Amino acid sequence: MKKLVVLLSFLLPSLVMAAGGSKFPLDHADIDRTDQASLQSGAKVFMNYCMGCHQTQYQRYQRTFEDLGIPLEMGQANLQFTGEKVGDYMKNAMPKESAAKWFGAAPPDLTLVARVRGADWLYTYLRTFYVDESRPFGVNNKVFPDVGMPHVLQELQGIPRETHEERMIDGEMKSQYVGIKSDGSGTLSPEEYDKAVLDLVNYLVYLGEPSRLQAESMGRWVLVFVLVLFVFVYLLKKEYWRDVH
Amino acid sequence: MSNAPVDNSRRRFLTIATSVVGGVGVVGVAVPFIASWNPSAKAKAAGADVEVDISKVEPGQMLRVEWRSKPVWVVRRTPETLEALAGHEEQLKDPNSEEPQQPEFAQNRYRSLKEEYLVLVGICTHLGCSPQHLKDGAFEEQVEGVPEGFFCPCHGSKFDMAGRVFEGVPAPLNLVVPPYYYIDDNTLLIGSAEGAA
Amino acid sequence: MWKNLLDWIEYRIPMMRVAKMHAIEYPAPKNMNFWYVFGFLATIVLVNQIVTGIWLTMSFEPSAERAFASVEYIMREVDYGWVLRYMHSTGASAFFIVVYLHMFRGMIYGSYQKPRELLWLFGMFIYLALMAEAFMGYVLPWGQMSYWGAQVIVSLFGAIPVIGEDLTVWIQGDYVISGATLNRFFALHVIALPLVIVILVFLHIVALHEVGSNNPDGVEVKRKKGSLKEEEKSKFKMHEYYTSKYDIIDDVVPFFPHIVLKDLVAFCVFLLAFCYILFFKPEMGGYFLEAPNFEIANPLKTPEHIFPVWYFTPFYAILKAVPDKLFGVIAMFAAIIMLALLPWVDRGKVKSWRYRSGIHKYNLLMFAVVFVFLGYLGGTPQEPWKVIASQIGTFLYFAFFGLLWLYSKNEKTKPLPERIG
Repeated sequence: MKKLVVLLSFLLPSLVMAAGGSKFPLDHADIDRTDQASLQSGAKVFMNYCMGCHQTQYQRYQRTFEDLGIPLEMGQANLQFTGEKVGDYMKNAMPKESAAKWFGAAPPDLTLVARVRGADWLYTYLRTFYVDESRPFGVNNKVFPDVGMPHVLQELQGIPRETHEERMIDGEMKSQYVGIKSDGSGTLSPEEYDKAVLDLVNYLVYLGEPSRLQAESMGRWVLVFVLVLFVFVYLLKKEYWRDVH
Repeated sequence: MSNAPVDNSRRRFLTIATSVVGGVGVVGVAVPFIASWNPSAKAKAAGADVEVDISKVEPGQMLRVEWRSKPVWVVRRTPETLEALAGHEEQLKDPNSEEPQQPEFAQNRYRSLKEEYLVLVGICTHLGCSPQHLKDGAFEEQVEGVPEGFFCPCHGSKFDMAGRVFEGVPAPLNLVVPPYYYIDDNTLLIGSAEGAA
Repeated sequence: MWKNLLDWIEYRIPMMRVAKMHAIEYPAPKNMNFWYVFGFLATIVLVNQIVTGIWLTMSFEPSAERAFASVEYIMREVDYGWVLRYMHSTGASAFFIVVYLHMFRGMIYGSYQKPRELLWLFGMFIYLALMAEAFMGYVLPWGQMSYWGAQVIVSLFGAIPVIGEDLTVWIQGDYVISGATLNRFFALHVIALPLVIVILVFLHIVALHEVGSNNPDGVEVKRKKGSLKEEEKSKFKMHEYYTSKYDIIDDVVPFFPHIVLKDLVAFCVFLLAFCYILFFKPEMGGYFLEAPNFEIANPLKTPEHIFPVWYFTPFYAILKAVPDKLFGVIAMFAAIIMLALLPWVDRGKVKSWRYRSGIHKYNLLMFAVVFVFLGYLGGTPQEPWKVIASQIGTFLYFAFFGLLWLYSKNEKTKPLPERIG
């Protein structure tokens, strides 16, 4: 019995580790779902730069505004560009067929993208576009090679280029990839750009599971309750089993 | 079995305490199941207040709008219609609108904020059918001497032009007046009374 | 007044009699340890699945167009809809955790041996129905894993010679997995299979109460009538259904309150883990809810890696280990059938591993390790070394049964105690 437990405890971590796995190393997205300012700024970036092509059709504007602490009138005036009602789903007007023609594939719905890809993947993806003239839109991506999406945040980031450095490797000078640098033509500094992307990812993570915060605050009370119940049930069980043995 | 005497009071206390805590748990578990039957967030959003433009309603005409998926009538009553309301009050069940079928502001003969415009939920208080608007004498067949009114085709309930129910029909109560107020002279907001929203 | 009402009912339907016989004055061995709580937990989870399932059905729309969106509707628009959905999805995995532990309990204490063969078989039927139920349930959210998982599993039937292709099309109701498949799986998932499972659970319990509960010592507590002295008989009041046929030795406790309270303690511990996952880690790192399933089904794009949910992965590894489609399918089903045949594969007379040979203990532990290892292999991306590893694993899986059959005939066992210690 004990041997089994020991063996299982060795096997389980390896199971968990094996579940990850991606070729390009991902940067950690240090998101905070409780940071409403960050979520609001992420929502703003999303509505301005992403909504044109990507829908988030499983959630309504109203829910987003309420959860993010945005007054409905203000949200409707500043974050809704398609003239729907605040109670409507967050859809765009792009016809699916022509979208597929323009981009090779219809832009996916992004309501749940954070649950599919994970925050780290999104955070890295949006920061690793680089100039590649061989691609239709002139850019390629490190974590999603040959992606069909143009670099829509270029206006913010500037033109991103791969940078290489000559480095000594095994006694030979070799050119090695060291990262992506903007040419500085964007409206944001590199740090500001990273922050803007982080906010955007934070918003997408929220959007993937809007009930998360409520779940965690409820969950704490439920666990405390179960512990109390456990104490009583355990004492009662002890009491009744005293007359056995 | 051990020979230790059974401590009955401790046993009883623990049994009751555990049952109480367990009972609280059962109630707690029931909450999501019961709450999930409430109108969903989407249904609530769809049931929000409705703005109605009444500038194009001619005297004598009725405008139908949807509020919380229910028909709401906005009738622009003519002066003759308003005058006639006093004429048949002895035939009504509740001529003074004493039953709480309307917001306070509409507890008057006309059952409205402004006499001219009648706002009613168009659902019979009997079993939920939507009555018909009979006018220009068509209502005489139902109630002698009353040219205009609402008649429910399902079970024959009759209402006057203030939505007040006649005697001798199955409907027990006057038609419901929803909460509403005038945003301006041409626009009604159905769903909240002034100040409440 | 109250008593009169109860008497009135009892005269017409034997409510109290059945409750006393099966839930109160049922003699249960006093040494049943924590391994014996998983049957109770499985029943609780079954109730959870049925109730949350009914509630989910109220908002779920079983069509290819609306299924995915309606799940998100439950998650976002229905009051506490996310609680109901996570209770159901966490419950599905919890079901298999407790059922696997319940089955392993049966293996280590020999609960499948005579006279409990039929009890074990009913259990195996429940397990089969449960696998079908879980598989069809996983198709319903209509995500990428739902779709492609269904594609892979249904294609297995294509391995059957001659009729395979036609059978696959017939099951799908289309040339691929489609809305028609979704709709029929929905019907089976919400009505047909739950009904089958509930009936089988009923039979499982009836069979259990007829032969009586086994225990960690594997010593029967029901003795031949007249074989025990009065002071050796149970001091607790047991139902005359049992006492009229047997002498019950004084090593038992009544099911209520003793066993029920013990089960409730276990239930609280279980609930702690269950609620933690439900409220804090509903995806359980991608094991309970797989990440690709948050993407709507796309018949034109296969996800990078397809695996079934964790509880199927040991058998999936066996399927993949065999380089032939038909024999792979046969091996997979044989793996389950071998479990069902345990009462006849094991020729030993002693039930519990406490009194059996060292090789038996080693064999059982090895089996558990191999099962978990196969699960790991079947649930992670394909790599070259894993092919040979899963072949070894498959061999070891079946070797457990072969070895058991060989050594159990003339096994050197320890003497059984007369009484439960």
